[in-house]
Amino acid sequence: MWDWDYVYELLPKLLRALPATLGAALCGFALAVLVGILIAIAGRSRFRLLRGLTTGIVDFIRSTPLLVQLFFLYYSLPMLTPLAMSAFATGVIGLGLHYACYLSEVFRSSIDALPKGQWEAASALNLSKARTWFSIVLPQAMPPVIPIMGNYLIVIFKETPALSAITFVELLMRTKNETSISFRAFEPYTITGGLFIVVSLLLSLAVSRLEKRFKNRTTA
Amino acid sequence: MNVPIGQWLPFLMDGAVVTLRITVFAGLLAFSLSALSGMGRLSALTPIRWISGCYIELFRASSLLVLLFWVYFALPIAGLELSKTWSAVLAIGLNIGAYGGEIVRSSILAVPKGQYEASIALNLRPYTRFIRVVLPQAFVRMLPPMGNLSIEMLKSTSLVYFITMADLTYEAMILRNNYYTHTPIIFGLLLLIYYLMSSCVSWSVRLLERKLACWR
Amino acid sequence: MNSIYMPDQVAPAKVQEQPLIRYEGVTKTFGELEVIKGIDMSIYGGEKLAIIGPSGSGKTTLGRMLMTLEEPTSGIITIDGEKLWQMEDKRGRLVRANEKHLHRMREKIGMVFQHFNLFPHLTALRNVTLALTSVLKVPKDEARERAAEMLGKVGLATKLDEYPSRLSGGQKQRVAIARALVLRPKVIVFDEVTSALDPELVGEVLEVIKEIAEDRETAMMLITHEMEFAREVADRVVFGADGLIVEQGTPEEIFDCPRSERLQAFLGRFR
Repeated sequence: MWDWDYVYELLPKLLRALPATLGAALCGFALAVLVGILIAIAGRSRFRLLRGLTTGIVDFIRSTPLLVQLFFLYYSLPMLTPLAMSAFATGVIGLGLHYACYLSEVFRSSIDALPKGQWEAASALNLSKARTWFSIVLPQAMPPVIPIMGNYLIVIFKETPALSAITFVELLMRTKNETSISFRAFEPYTITGGLFIVVSLLLSLAVSRLEKRFKNRTTA
Repeated sequence: MNVPIGQWLPFLMDGAVVTLRITVFAGLLAFSLSALSGMGRLSALTPIRWISGCYIELFRASSLLVLLFWVYFALPIAGLELSKTWSAVLAIGLNIGAYGGEIVRSSILAVPKGQYEASIALNLRPYTRFIRVVLPQAFVRMLPPMGNLSIEMLKSTSLVYFITMADLTYEAMILRNNYYTHTPIIFGLLLLIYYLMSSCVSWSVRLLERKLACWR
Repeated sequence: MNSIYMPDQVAPAKVQEQPLIRYEGVTKTFGELEVIKGIDMSIYGGEKLAIIGPSGSGKTTLGRMLMTLEEPTSGIITIDGEKLWQMEDKRGRLVRANEKHLHRMREKIGMVFQHFNLFPHLTALRNVTLALTSVLKVPKDEARERAAEMLGKVGLATKLDEYPSRLSGGQKQRVAIARALVLRPKVIVFDEVTSALDPELVGEVLEVIKEIAEDRETAMMLITHEMEFAREVADRVVFGADGLIVEQGTPEEIFDCPRSERLQAFLGRFR
């Protein structure tokens, strides 16, 4: 059932797909953080319409499957708009938007936890809105949630196989292709499953290291 | 442009039934695994604690879609051949159950120490302590995160499309082949149906929470 | 009679042959910190013993060790002559008590906590009936009756079906007292039961304790910062500091003619 020779031959091929997978995850994560911050800022807007719209969109995106959102982006957008995006770009945008909605909640609660005095001090200094956000609020609200952000990076990484549905060649797609060449399924899927577990565990180890360091810093 | 939604609905309904069926079965499995692993992780017996910990860590670290492929394509080679439905139920249940185990564990730990002390002072047996004092309070704490997890599970059922199960997503993809020009509307409709289903879940969890937490 | 040691400053309400509870050379260490440094002390049946002393002197730990919430590091606690934290195994060796032994011993002990620790998901009545029905196997109807009567005794006859979140601090603590009392333990530990209360609610709780203290059956260990209350209710007062008993005697002896400097300084802060 388990053929080591085949594994040695297979492993390098599969590993070659890892950079694409990690690349998509990292780009998606970066976009998610960026958009997540924007959503969090919009959620505190003084315009009620904008606030309502933001919560509505966040709720909708969080309530629907990433896979369907990817299909929508990849197959419908080119018909509705003159845009035609590559599978990679679509995947990154899909992952980014989907997890921006989750991260915005994380940022929102961290921003809400800031003492009111910080806002008052900023307006007492007559700082502009943008200045207040980028010099006062975000530098304080972001560091405490870095470990949570790290966890979302792991989640995004584990979701990347869904991108194979829109023809992006990542680890799972490569694995599938290998199985159709060799007609062996056990080794390829087991290795790929193992790779995901190993990378996730390594990342979460890094996150908990980070978390400990932050805890030490705040208690010191 | 004439949109034949009426002709689509029966297909989408069939798909929705499959989606719901997987959600319910996987939910039952996930819930049992959550309870077992969450409580197991707090067990006084080291082997049970260890097994529960391994299960939770391993399945939280794995990618659900890859797990689904493994169960459906690789497991038969190891001698366990499951139908599409049971492959989906097993993969989703195992994955979501690991997340649920963490919720169960942390909710039990969140019950204040004073509650344990009071139940010792009243001389309740360890079993009674847990069933009558700790669990009812932990359960109410579990509800909101479990509600969110249920929605994650409902969403994750769309992945069964990959093993060509005729769920909601799969039916929509077939419709798209037949009504290519209506692609945006079909996907829009699909998103809307998922949204409605998720809303039903979160709405009923909120209702349940209000009912069970009347003492708050 | 004469063979039994009795501190001469003690004037028990009635002559007792054997103390109900006995601490012998009890110590307790938390990590590096030695909270109890060797305590010998007795409580007699029906006796009201007040324990006073500065915060951090280990008073609460004394009560918690009796309630089996904290295991002594060394020393022996006995109830009715039977060891609380040790038991004999099949071969007659003294071993650490198991849950079964502790369960049997706990029947004689009750406790009221500083932070009430009511079960928030149960009504006042169900808080009181829970142990009656599930531990003492009292039939449901009888348990309800006894619980309602007890809640009436602490002045909460109209609050039977309220959840703790709807009760004031004083009312919560009275439910907690009823909950401990209804099981008819031989001794009840009152662990700073008014410390977490708003000042205006302290009175109602102390009133209830005074009332039930008139019953001569139940012994009480009153760990308290309320000096007036201790003087009024206690048969005997123990003053502890830094994990040791510094002085003990009748309320008059302790409060009116304190001998040690520590006690004088301590009481000075309350005048």
